[in-house]
Amino acid sequence: MSWKLFTLLVQAAGATALFSAVAVAAGIVLGLLVSGAVLSHAKPLSAAARLYVSFFRGVPLLVQLLLVYHLLPVLGLNVSSATAAIIALTLCTAAYQAENLRGAFLSVPRGLIEAAEMVGMTPWQRFVRIEAPIALRLAIPALLNEAVAILHASALISVVGVIELTKTARDLAASTLEPLPLYATAGLIYLVMNTVLVQGGRFAERRYKVRAA
Amino acid sequence: MNFDFNLVAGYLPAIGWAALTTIGLWIVALAASIVIGLAIAVARLHGGLLVEAALRLVVEAIRGTPFLIQLFLLYFGGPFVGLTMERLPAGLLALSVFGGCYMSEVFRTGIRAVPRGHIEAAECVGLDRWQILRRILLPEMMVLVLPAGTNIAVGLIKETAVLSVIGVPELTAVISGIGSETYAFVEALTLLSLCYWALVEICARLGRLAEQRLSLYRFAA
Repeated sequence: MSWKLFTLLVQAAGATALFSAVAVAAGIVLGLLVSGAVLSHAKPLSAAARLYVSFFRGVPLLVQLLLVYHLLPVLGLNVSSATAAIIALTLCTAAYQAENLRGAFLSVPRGLIEAAEMVGMTPWQRFVRIEAPIALRLAIPALLNEAVAILHASALISVVGVIELTKTARDLAASTLEPLPLYATAGLIYLVMNTVLVQGGRFAERRYKVRAA
Repeated sequence: MNFDFNLVAGYLPAIGWAALTTIGLWIVALAASIVIGLAIAVARLHGGLLVEAALRLVVEAIRGTPFLIQLFLLYFGGPFVGLTMERLPAGLLALSVFGGCYMSEVFRTGIRAVPRGHIEAAECVGLDRWQILRRILLPEMMVLVLPAGTNIAVGLIKETAVLSVIGVPELTAVISGIGSETYAFVEALTLLSLCYWALVEICARLGRLAEQRLSLYRFAA
């Protein structure tokens, strides 16, 4: 395999990293909202949010991807396949992150919330200043696992023709007739990104550890 | 938009077969994953430093890369090293090794969590190594790993969908094929989602049921 092919793969890995990062970041925001809805005292809201989590965790990402890809144009939204892929990845990861964040919110120490009530914080202040920062820190290990899962899952968006690492490896393998080195190299690049992510996450975990919870 | 399930209704027998294929693939891959996972876990714990290092490399490589890449590497790259396989066996092999590596991690923690005293007690009453493994270590570990094992089993159902990419005739391949034939993509894919959702829910519930029943055998550590 030539140097030229390798640089093409590395460039494509940039796209993979970008797609994954955007989906994870958007997924955290959506996941926060969904976990709030699951924990809400309004029954219909909570039931709807639970249905959302159950559906997106119960259906393979590949199927969600195909569904979003074909559903959006029918609904009159003509978006590129890359946008459809990011939407599907985000919807999926939000369901998993909502589940992680729900657990984290439930383990925010009760005393801290009561103290915040005592000093007269409004529910919104309490959420923004006390609950959300602590829950997010508690959820770092789980969010990290989810980020790794999305990095791997982003390989599936090659199926709807989005250009990223797997799609590039596939195209190059078809044109050079050398699938073995190309897929092996693509795998190694994923492994490197995976390791960087895990090590970075461990660092964040240590740095933002919740002390004396 | 028109939403008309009648468009796909005519294909129900084909969809039924595809669902059976998916379930069959899942059961075989799950059984193989458990065997492979157990073998890797026991070999890593008792096989010496060299075996441990080599297996660790394999497990980390499989757990660190997307399944799709592994599948492509085996199916398209395999023939270049004399490993030519049909779609179905290639898909099954890839899925089993993938599942086995994840299972091995669960089993490893499970085996290490079996209290040392139970094994010493078994040694004292004169059980040999094989008996200890079969009667003490594995049964106690099974109870411990059930929740995590169920998660992986559920994950494997969803992973079977990826096999459609190399053309294994399972649910995803067949139903999206019907979608392209009838142009009823949304109907077909909705049906497909419901099929997987039902499968996953059933499997997760069975897992919880087994957990409840086996919790009778839980022991104080």
